[in-house]
Amino acid sequence: MPLNLNRVSMPEQEPEVRCHNFKEVNLGLSMESARAEAGRCLFCKRPTCIEGCPVSINIPHFIRAILDNDPHEAVRRIRVDNPLPAICGRVCPQESQCEAACVLNKKGAPVAIGALERYVGDYAIREGLKAECVVKEKKLKAAVVGSGPSGLTCAGELRKLGYAVTVFEALHELGGVLTYGIPEFRLPQEAVVKFEIEALRTMGVEFKTNRLIGKTHLISDLMEIEGFAAVYIATGAGYPQFMRIPGEDLNYVYSANEFLTRMNLMQAYQGDAAATPIFVGKRVAVIGGGNTAMDAARCALRMPGVEKVSLIYRRSEKEMPARVEEAKHAQEEGIEFQFLTAPTEYLGTPEGAVRTARCIRMALGEPDASGRRRPVVIPGSEFEIEVDAVVVAIGTQANPIIAQTTPGLETNKWGYIVADQNGLTSLQNIYAGGDIVSGAATVILAMGAGRKAAQAIDRALSVPAPH
Amino acid sequence: MFDIISKQLIAPAVWRQTIKAPEIAGKRQAGNFVIIRPKVGSERIPLTIVSSDNQRGTIDIIFQVVGATTMDLAEVESVQDILGPLGHPTHIANFGRTAVVGGGVGIAPLLPIAQALKQAGSRLTTILGARSKAFLILEEDMAPISDQLLIATDDGSKGQKGLVTEILKPLLEEKKIDFVLAIGPVVMMKAVSELTRPYGVKTMVSLNPLMIDGTGMCGVCRCKIEGQTKFACVDGPEFDGHQVDFENLTRRLAMYKSEENQRREARK
Ligand SMILES: Cc1cc2nc3c(=O)[nH]c(=O)nc-3n(C[C@H](O)[C@H](O)[C@H](O)COP(=O)(O)OP(=O)(O)OC[C@H]3O[C@@H](n4cnc5c(N)ncnc54)[C@H](O)[C@@H]3O)c2cc1C
Ligand SMILES: Cc1cc2nc3c(=O)[nH]c(=O)nc-3n(C[C@H](O)[C@H](O)[C@H](O)COP(=O)(O)OP(=O)(O)OC[C@H]3O[C@@H](n4cnc5c(N)ncnc54)[C@H](O)[C@@H]3O)c2cc1C
Ligand code: SF4
Ligand code: SF4
Ligand code: FES
Repeated sequence: MPLNLNRVSMPEQEPEVRCHNFKEVNLGLSMESARAEAGRCLFCKRPTCIEGCPVSINIPHFIRAILDNDPHEAVRRIRVDNPLPAICGRVCPQESQCEAACVLNKKGAPVAIGALERYVGDYAIREGLKAECVVKEKKLKAAVVGSGPSGLTCAGELRKLGYAVTVFEALHELGGVLTYGIPEFRLPQEAVVKFEIEALRTMGVEFKTNRLIGKTHLISDLMEIEGFAAVYIATGAGYPQFMRIPGEDLNYVYSANEFLTRMNLMQAYQGDAAATPIFVGKRVAVIGGGNTAMDAARCALRMPGVEKVSLIYRRSEKEMPARVEEAKHAQEEGIEFQFLTAPTEYLGTPEGAVRTARCIRMALGEPDASGRRRPVVIPGSEFEIEVDAVVVAIGTQANPIIAQTTPGLETNKWGYIVADQNGLTSLQNIYAGGDIVSGAATVILAMGAGRKAAQAIDRALSVPAPH
Repeated sequence: MFDIISKQLIAPAVWRQTIKAPEIAGKRQAGNFVIIRPKVGSERIPLTIVSSDNQRGTIDIIFQVVGATTMDLAEVESVQDILGPLGHPTHIANFGRTAVVGGGVGIAPLLPIAQALKQAGSRLTTILGARSKAFLILEEDMAPISDQLLIATDDGSKGQKGLVTEILKPLLEEKKIDFVLAIGPVVMMKAVSELTRPYGVKTMVSLNPLMIDGTGMCGVCRCKIEGQTKFACVDGPEFDGHQVDFENLTRRLAMYKSEENQRREARK
């Protein structure tokens, strides 16, 4: 049979329509196109795609079920390895993971694994399929700190292994970045994120919101008073970084976290209907070139009254860390990209609102430690742009609360928790993973770390205590 | 959900509530605050824990109704979300002759700290300021722990007519004060800090910037302390008044004034 290189493309809302609404941009595959795409898979004897997936989903196995017209079975097969398929199918950087490793990638048309995974996840949502889970109870309690993708995955895995699992979350909603960071038009809250979290609840995972570990309970309280045999710390890297340039404390200069938290968690995108306000004005500048910068820029663009959104990035398009799809969507929607540019100072009105971003052009010099060419200032290239709001999306750091309140927990010089390849920290039975160990990374890497740690916790706790 | 066990109007538009929150009560120390969301969909707002009862598992808050969220809080029977205890607890020690200065509803966060300072052996000169007698809160709680209690009101309806700084100044002049802690409106904390600076008397203030998460995640609470950016929710809320950029704080507090007014009007 000749190779079919006719890769399905994801239907999406037209750019000129979607830039005025917060509804999902990507519309998902129909059954017909999903089956046609599934038919392109070669069901390789040695499926290289699986090696490209950080949680090792048995990809051909679930694709086969789609082809056999048994989506119910496909759901079951995916859930063995991944409790959050509708989420991963939407936000995973597939192009550099499973799809990059697919044999058909050499021909330029890898199987659209992400789109198929989303199709299966959405099927489960549409049909309200509860997670089937026959648990052999172990009578041991495990605690998970943080309800982002890493914590959720670890909790689900530990539950399957028979542990009584409690997830402690500081915010009033579960999901971590999935809830407060990634916007509605990329990852619908009610329909997708809440459904997949609820599926974990029906497996018996207990969730406790409004608990800031290190304050409400110490890690040692969880072990010694609450009787948890092990703790998995998955608190993310949510501490905003600023550039430390003059004027950054002017009004309406936001950290990306503040901007996105107002928008998403506090639902300010609904305008006056939301209790929490947000001010964007007419001209918005977003500083940075990652997924966070794209999300902030695209959120800003969708707000009523906004005329222009500029994305200011100090390197060139090639070095941009954002997913290619996100950058493409942003460009189509009319975000203005200012590459090789950096702000040097913000100037404000007499009332203290930001009004002008003073910028400078850069050129690419020698490669730096990350292998990307280092931007160097072009002298005399200063210019100014008028802005009503600025979003600083240049990255985040480790939140210090747990490290400060947990004696003996080793951290590195940037404050990230030190853990071995199984997630074990310097303290017995205390594990950590996701962004709080790796630094800001991806949903699926955070999930992979959670899964590995759950298995390591099970091995450690299964060894009979010496008499 | 967190049940409100009792509520009491202690001054015009100022409420005291006792709320069931055993986990927070068990961990709370003087100087801690909570983030509260009265209802589903509400904003998250910070309020100081005025007292706690570990036995009953309750915390007390005192708040002034100023906008939509505090209006909601005054009305509900139970609170949707409470997170805490947050912030660094106050550094408590015997600071010798200590002036604790409270203005308006700032007397509420001042009380637990004054109690702890007293217990640690400090000698307390308490200076309370209010618009008028009716607005003066917690005098009966402050009196028993104070070695000296002085009151200033704007209209002279109680104590001395004028500002708390007018009472504090002669005490500084006579070298009767070793340490000052001031909590109240930003203008008051600024005035007290300016007043004590030339006397070289260490002055702590408790800052009240806008907050969302209270966990160090959003950065809206950032303040300028000695030219450095600090997050009040995790690095504070107390700072050395001589190092605080009050201008900056005042400006940032006004950030959503028109949006807040709009929501307050809509709420009415
Ligand atoms: C705007 C944005 C867009 C992104 N887009 C993508 C994308 O498209 N694809 C992709 O793969 N990745 C993306 N990422 C990165 C990805 O979201 C993160 O790598 C991932 O969420 C990390 O997961 P985590 O579980 O380690 O932490 P988080 O998702 O950060 O969750 C940590 C949770 O722990 C809670 N917490 C923190 N401290 C405490 C404490 N002391 N006690 C209790 N709870 C606590 C936090 O409130 C939070 O809910 C994006 C990130 C951002 C910010
Ligand atoms: C650490 C901390 C502890 C606090 N403790 C107390 C307390 O014990 N009792 C108490 O009554 N208040 C306290 N506050 C202030 C309280 O959080 C605000 O009054 C509250 O957020 C107002 O919410 P709102 O929606 O009702 O009013 P909004 O509609 O948000 O505001 C109404 C008016 O109040 C002003 N305002 C808003 N936020 C603040 C603020 N943080 N400080 C001063 N003015 C503000 C606005 O500019 C506006 O003019 C504390 C603040 C912090 C940061
Ligand atoms: S989880 Fe991500 S990497 Fe793994 S198969 Fe799905 S899309 Fe690919
Ligand atoms: S590598 Fe590609 S073609 Fe082969 S099994 Fe995986 S998805 Fe199918
Ligand atoms: S309130 Fe968000 S960082 Fe302090």
